[in-house]
Amino acid sequence: MSLPQYDYVIIGAGPAGMAAAVEARQHGLNVLVLDEQPAVGGQIYRNIEDLEGQRRDEFEKLGADYQEAFELAQRFRASGAEYRPGRSIWQIDPDLTLYHIGQDGGPSETCHAQRILIATGAMERPMPFPGWTLPGVLACTAADVLYKSSGLLPRGEIVLLGSGPLLLLIACRLLDAGVKIAAYLDTNPHLAPFQALPYLPKALRGHEYLRKGIAMLWQMFTSGAKVHLGVTGLEAEGEGHLQKVRFQQGSSTWKELPADLLLLHHGVVPNVQITRQLGCEHTWYEKQRYWEPVLDQWGNTSIENVAVAGDSGRVCGSANSVLTGQLAALETARALGKIDLAQQTALAAPLLKKQDQELAIRPFLDTLFPPRHPWLVPKNEETLVCRCEEVRVREIRDAVRLGALSPDRVKPMVRCGMGPCQARMCGLTVAEIIADERQVSPADVGYFRVRSPIKPVTLGQLTGVE
Amino acid sequence: MFQPPPNVAKTIQITFEGKTYQVAPGQTVAAALMGEGYLTLRNSVVSGETRAAFCMMGICFDCLLEINGQPNQQSCMIQVRDGMNIQRQLKKGECA
Repeated sequence: MSLPQYDYVIIGAGPAGMAAAVEARQHGLNVLVLDEQPAVGGQIYRNIEDLEGQRRDEFEKLGADYQEAFELAQRFRASGAEYRPGRSIWQIDPDLTLYHIGQDGGPSETCHAQRILIATGAMERPMPFPGWTLPGVLACTAADVLYKSSGLLPRGEIVLLGSGPLLLLIACRLLDAGVKIAAYLDTNPHLAPFQALPYLPKALRGHEYLRKGIAMLWQMFTSGAKVHLGVTGLEAEGEGHLQKVRFQQGSSTWKELPADLLLLHHGVVPNVQITRQLGCEHTWYEKQRYWEPVLDQWGNTSIENVAVAGDSGRVCGSANSVLTGQLAALETARALGKIDLAQQTALAAPLLKKQDQELAIRPFLDTLFPPRHPWLVPKNEETLVCRCEEVRVREIRDAVRLGALSPDRVKPMVRCGMGPCQARMCGLTVAEIIADERQVSPADVGYFRVRSPIKPVTLGQLTGVE
Repeated sequence: MFQPPPNVAKTIQITFEGKTYQVAPGQTVAAALMGEGYLTLRNSVVSGETRAAFCMMGICFDCLLEINGQPNQQSCMIQVRDGMNIQRQLKKGECA
């Protein structure tokens, strides 16, 4: 059976994937873009074409970068790249054969690529606390997705918890849309701003971001929402769904708030499911406490002909994602003989210069918003860590004490990571708990071995039999 | 919990737990149900506790529903279609 052949298969149609596809097409490559979502834009620019076309007022409020992203989406549409939305990768073989299924069922399909670009973006860092599985407790980006894709707005008593620029951004977007936020619980450690100070001079080169950040802080603090700083503990409670939150600041007494919705955000981490399944080398990024694939300046991984662009490498935001996508596509154009090294170097020079400017603020931001205890390892031993199999902190610690020193050893003992999400939600926390129990770094503990199928596939889809 | 936008053409008919709803096209099943006031989408297969969509981007698998007879579908990833029949899944120990 002959497989459909492509020069370049790009996974993900967010900023990085779209930019890579446009660049690759300019050099005459035969490109396929597979994306899990029903529309282009990734998570950040979700539903962007529909927003631009059908919801003009709201689109204009989203800011100038959305206009740029819409233009990128238009260039992508016109690029001649084959684009298949709603397709999930469930396996990639070492010879770069890809297996993918449709969100609506239907048989699994297979194709082969000369080179692959993984541009699957980032996900919210899950940080467990008692009650985080109650209906009414959501990731803050979930509220953003509901707004952008369906126009749904939160209502009732709304509490936000966490830290970081994205939480502020989403909070301000809700405020702009007329949503009333009851309380904003900030979990950032008091010392973080001082620790970030040495990185401020360099960050000033990205002053546009700083200006935006200060404007957002101002909007939040003057919105009428009760702002509580230095929050170190949280519990969500309710019968069947969220009704109230209890929180603590340092060693103060617990306070209580009524709540219908609790929106969480503790930063984002790279989605490494595919790079892990392929066996790419990963390294621990201590500042933001996550694993990232080891990449060179073109996004090449440790596996030949496999590269990563955008936030599925290191989380650096959408503007950098576009640049990394273009750089990766130039590398592919050279590797496949469409351009030579001199042309690649010349074409990359302005992109690298822009990237240098773009990344100036990252050391400052990554130090200003550190993921830190007590949120990384829940103090309450009964907290559910693995949502799928309902495994608690205590059970993971017990397994470590019995000699299971890594996530893969703990997994068969207590089932954490064995449910449908395949450790996407618990992986980092399990590693942090094991590291905490052993008094070592998660870098020494390692991560789960991610195996195919990385998305659930039915036997019917595998065999093509209904 | 979530307020749907006013003045949206609701051209799609779906059935959830035997009740029919007119919903707007171009959205996911989970979003459509949240717009109709449903937050809880399933019960945990381990403890039976109520669960709802958490991430809305295909990561958490907490929005699993039975859609057109096919169980364990990620309802935050699947677009609503006219005539879709959606069910909550059975709790552990319950039989059809």
